[in-house]
Amino acid sequence: MAVKRDRVPVREQDPKVRATNFEEVCLGYNEEEAVAEAERCLNCKKPMCVSGCPVNINIPAFIEQVKNRDFEKAAQIIAESSSLPAVCGRVCPQETQCEGKCILGIKGEPVAIGKLERFVADWAREHNIEPVPAKEKKGKKVAVIGSGPAGLTCAGDLAKMGYDVKIFEALHQAGGVLVYGIPEFRLPKDEVVAHEVENVKKLGVEIETNVIVGKTVTIDELLNEEGFDAVFIGSGAGLPKFMGIPGEQANGVFSANEFLTRNNLMKAFREDHDTPIYRGRKVAVVGGGNVAMDAARTALRLGAETHIVYRRSEAELPARVEEVHHAKEEGINFHLLTNPTEILVDDNGWVKGIRCIKMELGEPDASGRRRPIAVPGSEYEIEVDAVIMSLGTSPNPLISSTTEGLEVNKWKCIVADENNGATTKEGVYAGGDAVTGAATVILAMGAGKAAAAGIDEYLSK
Amino acid sequence: MYKILKAELLADKIYLMDVEAPRVAKSCQPGQFVIVKIDDAGERIPLTICDYDAEAGTVTIVFQCVGESTYRMADLKAGDAFEDFTGPLGCPSEWINEDIEELKKKKMLFVAGGVGTAPVYPQVKWLHDHGIDADVIIGAKTKDLIILEKEMEAVAGNLYVTTDDGSYKHKGMVTSVVEELVEAGKQYDQCIAIGPVIMMKFTCLLTKKLGIPTIVSMNPIMVDGTGMCGACRLTVGGEVKFACVDGPEFDGHLVDFDQAMKRQQMYKTEEGRALLRYQEGKTHHGGCGMCGGDE
Ligand SMILES: Cc1cc2nc3c(=O)[nH]c(=O)nc-3n(C[C@H](O)[C@H](O)[C@H](O)COP(=O)(O)OP(=O)(O)OC[C@H]3O[C@@H](n4cnc5c(N)ncnc54)[C@H](O)[C@@H]3O)c2cc1C
Ligand SMILES: Cc1cc2nc3c(=O)[nH]c(=O)nc-3n(C[C@H](O)[C@H](O)[C@H](O)COP(=O)(O)OP(=O)(O)OC[C@H]3O[C@@H](n4cnc5c(N)ncnc54)[C@H](O)[C@@H]3O)c2cc1C
Ligand code: SF4
Ligand code: SF4
Ligand code: FES
Ligand SMILES: [Mg+2]
Repeated sequence: MAVKRDRVPVREQDPKVRATNFEEVCLGYNEEEAVAEAERCLNCKKPMCVSGCPVNINIPAFIEQVKNRDFEKAAQIIAESSSLPAVCGRVCPQETQCEGKCILGIKGEPVAIGKLERFVADWAREHNIEPVPAKEKKGKKVAVIGSGPAGLTCAGDLAKMGYDVKIFEALHQAGGVLVYGIPEFRLPKDEVVAHEVENVKKLGVEIETNVIVGKTVTIDELLNEEGFDAVFIGSGAGLPKFMGIPGEQANGVFSANEFLTRNNLMKAFREDHDTPIYRGRKVAVVGGGNVAMDAARTALRLGAETHIVYRRSEAELPARVEEVHHAKEEGINFHLLTNPTEILVDDNGWVKGIRCIKMELGEPDASGRRRPIAVPGSEYEIEVDAVIMSLGTSPNPLISSTTEGLEVNKWKCIVADENNGATTKEGVYAGGDAVTGAATVILAMGAGKAAAAGIDEYLSK
Repeated sequence: MYKILKAELLADKIYLMDVEAPRVAKSCQPGQFVIVKIDDAGERIPLTICDYDAEAGTVTIVFQCVGESTYRMADLKAGDAFEDFTGPLGCPSEWINEDIEELKKKKMLFVAGGVGTAPVYPQVKWLHDHGIDADVIIGAKTKDLIILEKEMEAVAGNLYVTTDDGSYKHKGMVTSVVEELVEAGKQYDQCIAIGPVIMMKFTCLLTKKLGIPTIVSMNPIMVDGTGMCGACRLTVGGEVKFACVDGPEFDGHLVDFDQAMKRQQMYKTEEGRALLRYQEGKTHHGGCGMCGGDE
């Protein structure tokens, strides 16, 4: 029975406390809270929420089981569509996806679908609900390149169908952006990410780390010498952009990828790990996406006074609303409608400040967002000792440049069929950020799923 | 795990190791590098590939102890293993893809400084295996720091050894040897200089004057080594390049060496503290108020 009342609030670490630690900000629902929130769901006949979810999780059905307190059943329903629910429940931009379509959102607050999904996934983990490997083997081998959400999903699905799957990962640890990009305080690494990776392994998937496809081994070698029958490319979009403004080569200027990788993957924030990180006293982060919020909140936790510099207005911030809200609560300063023009450098080559210019919004551009235009004479300086560039990333050409017959578009994205992941090279499939450019976890998963089906069809011919 | 089959002290604080890494050994070429990580707490350490044996599945690295990680590596013995060992990274030396007959017509000069001798060795050996004898200059501060002299002798056309303090063979910097050779009438079509950035800088200033095209191998601070972080960026001919994917070898006459040297200082204080912590081990007393040792 649906109950009419406000959304059950989720418990969070106090902003003052969490600004000094790397523990998870959002504490999630307990059983009572989850059931209470589930009771708000109307169990719609034509659930709009499902159409907002890129992998079409049967949302009303799993929420119904939460209401019934059959959390194991709820987990099974989610597992039919998603292999990384503990991740998606935490990082999906729900307000523009499932929750953005929820009928309750028209007049009031939508059902907290993401928080419920997270609750169910965490419950399943804590109660050791394990995936079941395929009973019958197909006797065919598939290589998966990259262990981000796209690769993990594709590998998991293929293994469930009975294929022998091996993931090749360039870094020393599996998980892609989930381990090197998204920080611990949003997505716990050992508890959540490592567990999801283990689950994929339990399905029989092998993971070989430290293999850079295109360098260590080529796709043609995998197909022709190592006996793989098909390949899936889920290599992401890891190449960082810089602005090209004066001073960008100074000491103290980092890409968000460098700063986050040092902290997350290499655990530089821990004294007992060898990788150094430059903490900075006053840090400017340039950009307004999730990556910028993550970099800023990480710098804050490492002890810096932190400023976000973004050239459009608050309404255009591409980051999730929840992340912006959390960043503000933690005391991050926002300089909106502001664009850097130069990084100021001292005599020894270190950052000493950032020169910015005020912007105003003009006519909408190709993306539909109003184009920012510089206001003449409005330049001013902010004194900082570190600048983190968070301007987006593009796919790494390492694979495309070493694979004959693999077509890429002008942004170096691999050309692949949206429906089944097929590329221009026979037996080679692709999906995720490598195809779309930097996007979201759930879209990468959706692409991994579609490609798994495409590969199955190809290999069943 | 990647097993260390041989660990040998070559000179003061300079070690050579053969490491079992069949995939890297099978696909690497001169000019490329690897990244090693000792254990879970370790950092990713880039090292040039010094030699490789595809059949045995081994890769040889040579490193000098300069800080916490390299000292920690020096403690490893044959039988121990690296947790991670990845590569080959970077582009192979460009001349490998040149027409071999054209290459044979070229007079090549290699200038190796300090541990830079290690990465020069596979290149000279490759040329030797293809019937080309190159001239090689090895320079070091002092006699005890000269490495791989015998090995190099076996594959080089002419080998010139020099020490800054004159404790062994020729006295003077590598640049003085280049000058003397050219004055004596030698002509070179290509120079390849590998060593400390300061040495590469001065070699390039000289070869530019002498009109000899020069390739250098850059060693900026790296993290992933795959083009993902941008830590390794350099300015070459006014353009930003990522050394790990666009290099590590570049046209030395275009590299902004002064900027590269500044960027190498990025983590100096952090690294210094880490080294102290490591060397003093459990006896570390804190007290400086900087390193967290008193917390
Ligand atoms: C800091 C940050 C925060 C983000 N926050 C959110 C968020 O809140 N919500 C959200 O939905 N999305 C978020 N995103 C985006 C999301 O993480 C990505 O869209 C998603 O991870 C893409 O998945 P993928 O599998 O395509 O690629 P990736 O996750 O990038 O994984 C690719 C993997 O392939 C490996 N690889 C690359 N090249 C090779 C090669 N040649 N050989 C072998 N392996 C290779 C890489 O090392 C990597 O492990 C964020 C991204 C970043 C960087
Ligand atoms: C492509 C490449 C090839 C290299 N080949 C060799 C080699 O064959 N033999 C050898 O002895 N050394 C080589 N180096 C340098 C070697 O990586 C550094 O000496 C080592 O990382 C120092 O680590 P540390 O913790 O012992 O010293 P630290 O005390 O941490 O640092 C000392 C100095 O080493 C450099 N350094 C530190 N961390 C890094 C890093 N992550 N990446 C690059 N440089 C760093 C910096 O200039 C620093 O100031 C190479 C570097 C690169 C980029
Ligand atoms: S996977 Fe993401 S979009 Fe789909 S239901 Fe879960 S939170 Fe919503
Ligand atoms: S749209 Fe909202 S109320 Fe309707 S089923 Fe989905 S979550 Fe429940
Ligand atoms: S080391 Fe990260 S991009 Fe080169
Ligand atoms: Mg170090």
